[in-house]
Amino acid sequence: MAEPAHSDEPLLKTPLHAEHVALGARMVPFAGYDMPVQYPTGILTEHNWTREHAGLFDVSHMGQAFLVAEDKSHETVARALEALIPADVLNLKPNQQRYSQLLADDGGILDDLMVTRVGAPGHEGWLYLVVNASMKEQDYAHIQARLPKGVSLNRKDNLGLMALQGPSAETVLAKLSPEAAALSFMMSVDVQIDGIWCHVSRSGYTGEDGFEISCQAEDAAKLWSKLLSDPEVKAIGLGARDSLRLEAGLCLYGHDIDTTTSPIEAGLIWSIQKRRREEGGFPGAERVQREIKDGASRVRVGIKPEGRAPAREGSAITTPDGREVGIVTSGGFGPTVNGPVAMGYVAKDMSAVGTDLHLIVRGKPLPAKVAAMPFAPHRYKR
Amino acid sequence: MTTRYTKDHEYIRVEGDAGIVGISDYAQGQLGDVVFVELPSVGKTLSKGDEAAVVESVKAASEVYAPVSGEVVEVNSELEASPGTVNEDPAGRGWFMKIRLTNESELDGLMTEEQYGEFVKSIS
Repeated sequence: MAEPAHSDEPLLKTPLHAEHVALGARMVPFAGYDMPVQYPTGILTEHNWTREHAGLFDVSHMGQAFLVAEDKSHETVARALEALIPADVLNLKPNQQRYSQLLADDGGILDDLMVTRVGAPGHEGWLYLVVNASMKEQDYAHIQARLPKGVSLNRKDNLGLMALQGPSAETVLAKLSPEAAALSFMMSVDVQIDGIWCHVSRSGYTGEDGFEISCQAEDAAKLWSKLLSDPEVKAIGLGARDSLRLEAGLCLYGHDIDTTTSPIEAGLIWSIQKRRREEGGFPGAERVQREIKDGASRVRVGIKPEGRAPAREGSAITTPDGREVGIVTSGGFGPTVNGPVAMGYVAKDMSAVGTDLHLIVRGKPLPAKVAAMPFAPHRYKR
Repeated sequence: MTTRYTKDHEYIRVEGDAGIVGISDYAQGQLGDVVFVELPSVGKTLSKGDEAAVVESVKAASEVYAPVSGEVVEVNSELEASPGTVNEDPAGRGWFMKIRLTNESELDGLMTEEQYGEFVKSIS
């Protein structure tokens, strides 16, 4: 058996690092951090637990930052960010959150991110951003270099972030904060849990109902332990986070989306609100608008291999007669589906659900079909 | 009956002129939940170090290399339906294939149970 490669670079630790070690997690390098890939029960059990109960994820490695307008005007800060992303920020209600992408001038995706209009009193003109761990330095530099006078980026490296995901998440959180548990999907609130300041949003990366909770780094371990003390909650590592998001059809930056893919190719048109589609005014708008009108030449699709063998990232996608039409960008075993699942890009004429494809795995063609995503139904509380 | 191990964590349990090949308990623990196993066809001739099988966990695919040269005379087809057996009983019901050895002296280059135990200690 082949051993995984090791890197000798010093790894960063999240504020919950000691908790993972105490739980017996297997720690691996991820985006420069020493992160739990799984706990002793293993990825399958963690995945299924999250679908059936509630899983607690440490996502403190992600980048949290605020964009702040000096003039305390939402319009000022919204316009500044709208120059970089295709989402409608201007019409966000206080405490409302949106998924979007930082776009390059050619419409390629520099990163994906969450944007929230801060609703706490005295914070008019503030946006809260959450970006990918692996991209945060580049993202911050990119944003910083493009901000108009009067708008500043404040990175918050002293915050922890955890996600509570699964059908029991609401009842678990309701015992600690009925106000947070009453949120609707993609809304957020600032609350106290056990005396700890928390920013809670109803969102996540598993396809399940759930919450993401930001707090001061020094409070993170206490909050983590409080949540884990509920018998419905178990700690879940990055391994199950990946299989959960893959079954939910959600993109992983650097794999399913990157600088070579546009939001339209990636099937993210839902994240570009009508006003922005029409007005443009974001990097790559010309390409995005053209692809909305004429269709993209290739699109991201779900793929269901017909056998039991998983097709991994990088597997070539061909027609049944061997013509190459695309590439798998994420693939593996879906525990809820109880079989292999994948996503990837294919030529537009091969993208209809049910289209027969072959995936080239270890040199051999495996029959597969284009499948509707998500593979496991979303269970968001709207 | 002798069991020998490779540094890639395969074992071979030799009885007569054939040996049962699988992966060690340490290896299954490192892999995590096994969800798919690809086995060679019976009759295939392998040289020591050849890719003999593929074992896939939720996370990744790993190759299983032939610990010795020989012919595949039997495979554990039960792993197709129950790949998790590799985790549950790697040394027993979770075996991969039976190889008829063509060069028994190759076993001398492999580790004994005791040596393998030391090796695992040294890397974990």
